[in-house]
Amino acid sequence: MSERKLFAHELEARLDELLLLSLRQRSAAEPAALLEALPRQLQERVLHWAGVAAQTSDDLGWLIASRAAEQAASLGGRLDDWARAGLDAYDRSGLAATRRALNDFAAAHQAGVFESQEGVAFGAIEGRLSRFLHALEGRPLKLVSGPKAWTDSETLWLPERIDAAPDAAGNRRLYKAIAALLWAQTRFGTFNVDPEPELAQWPAPEAALRWFALFEAMRLEACLARELPGLAADIAGLRGPWPAQLASTAAALAQAAATAADSLACLAELRRVGAGETPNFPHVGALDPLAARRVRAVRIARDTATLRQALNLLRAVDPSAGGQDHPDYPPLAAEGQTQHVDPQAEFLALPPPAREAARSLQQDLGEIPPEVLQAAGPGAWQPVDGVDSSAAVGVTTQPDAFYDEWDYRRAAWRHGWCHLYEMRAPVGDHAWVDEVRRRHAHLIRSIRRRFEALRGEDKPQRRQFDGEEIDLDAQVEARADRKSGTEPSPRLFIHRRRIERSLAVMFMVDMSGSTKVWVNDAERESLVLLCEAIEALGDSYAIYGFSGWTRTHCDIYPVKRFSDRYDAATRSRIAGIEARDYTRMGVAVRHLSGLLARQNTRHKLLVTLSDGRPDDYGDEYRGRYGIEDTRRALLEAREKGIRSYCVTIDRHGADYLPQLYGPAHYAVIDDARKLPQKIAEIYRKLTG
Amino acid sequence: MNPARNPAPRALATPLVHLASEPYYHATGDELEVFAAAANSRLPVMLKGPTGCGKTRFVEHMAWRLKRPLVTVACHDDLTTADLVGRYLIVGDETVWMDGPLTAAVRAGAICYLDEIVEARKDTTVVIHPLTDSRRALPVEKRGEYIEAPPDFMLVISYNPGYQSVLKEMKPSTRQRFVALDFDYPEAETEARIVAHEGGVDDETAKRLVKLGGLTRKLKGAGLDEGAGTRLLVHAAQLIASGMSPAIACTAAIARPLADETDTRDALDDLIRAVF
Repeated sequence: MSERKLFAHELEARLDELLLLSLRQRSAAEPAALLEALPRQLQERVLHWAGVAAQTSDDLGWLIASRAAEQAASLGGRLDDWARAGLDAYDRSGLAATRRALNDFAAAHQAGVFESQEGVAFGAIEGRLSRFLHALEGRPLKLVSGPKAWTDSETLWLPERIDAAPDAAGNRRLYKAIAALLWAQTRFGTFNVDPEPELAQWPAPEAALRWFALFEAMRLEACLARELPGLAADIAGLRGPWPAQLASTAAALAQAAATAADSLACLAELRRVGAGETPNFPHVGALDPLAARRVRAVRIARDTATLRQALNLLRAVDPSAGGQDHPDYPPLAAEGQTQHVDPQAEFLALPPPAREAARSLQQDLGEIPPEVLQAAGPGAWQPVDGVDSSAAVGVTTQPDAFYDEWDYRRAAWRHGWCHLYEMRAPVGDHAWVDEVRRRHAHLIRSIRRRFEALRGEDKPQRRQFDGEEIDLDAQVEARADRKSGTEPSPRLFIHRRRIERSLAVMFMVDMSGSTKVWVNDAERESLVLLCEAIEALGDSYAIYGFSGWTRTHCDIYPVKRFSDRYDAATRSRIAGIEARDYTRMGVAVRHLSGLLARQNTRHKLLVTLSDGRPDDYGDEYRGRYGIEDTRRALLEAREKGIRSYCVTIDRHGADYLPQLYGPAHYAVIDDARKLPQKIAEIYRKLTG
Repeated sequence: MNPARNPAPRALATPLVHLASEPYYHATGDELEVFAAAANSRLPVMLKGPTGCGKTRFVEHMAWRLKRPLVTVACHDDLTTADLVGRYLIVGDETVWMDGPLTAAVRAGAICYLDEIVEARKDTTVVIHPLTDSRRALPVEKRGEYIEAPPDFMLVISYNPGYQSVLKEMKPSTRQRFVALDFDYPEAETEARIVAHEGGVDDETAKRLVKLGGLTRKLKGAGLDEGAGTRLLVHAAQLIASGMSPAIACTAAIARPLADETDTRDALDDLIRAVF
């Protein structure tokens, strides 16, 4: 790239092209004039972000471009973080929020909050922290950034940026300490007590809450010290010694028997003796017990229902377990897990979701309440039948096919239940694909190189009747054979030739509404990279999108059939993939595995790209029903000799994916934006 | 043939390992009984399980327990039938037949352990077929020989179902010949005892290593293909026992072998720091 600054008219043309401004009767003249003064590198960054934003929405692109023109000069090196904050806000709450987020960021920057180069942004540490938390015991926590650090016991909010320590390593450590203590709140029962009555007696409940958070931090640090001593030592190093007047409280709360109730007692004690200035420790996050306890109550109710339901089923199947007969409820889908009598074994016999619920209950309540364990009456669990809204949707044309669907509650098929339509795949902007190929040119080159090596074109085949080279081993053997009097083999050559991989791959792409924005972009980009990779490999492959709206509208969009080439038309169809309705997965698996089974190759592979569990409009397909049906469909595919694999960005995928695909046959990508980089590698591992 | 003049074949001969002392193995289920019963009934056995959970050690232990010699073959993707069965070699001006490990094991009535069988070329798995059914025999085509296996001969294979390549699946026609045993990482307490014993570290260090192992296993599918196996934990323990600091030992023996990707590597470093 030349270092010459771009002139206003050049900038205007570039912006116009990126944002299609001429169509929208906007002029880039004004931002271009402002951008002209910037150094070339910064100009390119602004154009880059305008382009990225425009892929999501034209208005967003315009907003980023026009604001960047005004603010880029003062933002300087922070422009990327500024743009990311804006895009993030758009994903969460739309254009107005983006405008606010961009202004806030710029204002904070002006105010000198972000002076230090040693500060660490949430985005830079998110991947590392989320893996770290994932490895720790207990319920999985979702990690997001927010104005303050706190947790509602399912999601963990961390500040956008930390700049408290003099060096980056210190700031990273602080992030880890905050996150670990918040995780510990959910793990060691901070929300098991209700602090409201105590807080109400304080003149300033906010101050009391901060004291409570501090006491809990003391207690939790000691809890951590018992399980993860290194982490606790790290935290202790960060905070330094407790102030003298707090040291005895800290020691008392560090005892193994201390619970959240003891912290509360300390709070009451403090109220009596009178609290001074609330000390400020950066590693102690905020507490919002009200919000957390609300989330906790909902979860406990849900887990109890799940567990009770599973136990009832179990007892219905096995009369020795003391339940009553439930002819309606068939054995659990989990195979061979029905023999058990004592409660301990009974837990082992539970299907994974119920076991998960039991573990979660144990984490919330310390034990599983006995009333859950007692066999409940037949009314304890009411199956909720989804509202069949199929009549509401008008059917205009004849479906292309009907598929049966598995109803696990009936343990029976619903015949001809799903109406499948093969739709014409929408055509998107071909230029988008060109842009992706340009942007990832380097990645594509390296993927192609690696995949060409995998093709095994040069793999020497030994012991051939003829070939380019003499096979020395075979020669020696033949000579030995002749000496020993046996007939020597005439296969004495090495032949280099391409080994037929004989593999057909079907990519089943989730086009449900939840894949909007980042996910959808990531999906499309991944497909472009995959195509480039597989073209180098020579495998036979097809891409189909799927979406739907109730059982009467299950749509399949052929983006690339097995017979289609990877040409301009196919590329525009990839660009045309867009988020539509819901994810009724079973029928899509059945239809596409049928197409795949017709391929005349030795190996057949069905790869699902999705962002979450099976789901459809109404309650029916959501949850267990959808998972059981999809599982059934995948088993059928397996019987046809098709292997399935799933790539998902659903962090909670690990809960249900092993059930659907088997323990080793899925990959969870924690950040949709990383999907394009990773997908080719996954494919290589899968078929190498 | 004068062995002094032609020492080469001797050096290449398959070593039949007679285990003199008991290889340490901690049973976690009924695998000892099942294996012994299969040996008694002359059935071949298949061991399934993740990397480094004790499959190879288990076979060594059983060979010692049943007092049979052991032949171990680590399978790789260039392993040919001749590598298993045997070949003629030229020594001086003579040809000498050299038994491959499989043939040697059949002749000696040994336990033949084919480690990671899916890695071997597809055609090699076919030579073991006649050994795994009622024939219990090995045809050696080159020599026109048909070796009936003695009662003590036993075939054991292992494979790791965690492998994700579709091209490396075992065919049902092969799978269905074996009595299968599932292996998994042992319970934390048992594993700590194993790590302490094998790695020569104190109980507290072993417990922390096992804790770390457990944490990495939760990252399977979320950054790692597979968590740290018991073997990796033992390696780390051995480094610690030789005087290295736990953090450095774990980084070298556990974190680095597991992950290349920055985020995952950093997270593993954080975990190590958290545990020690």
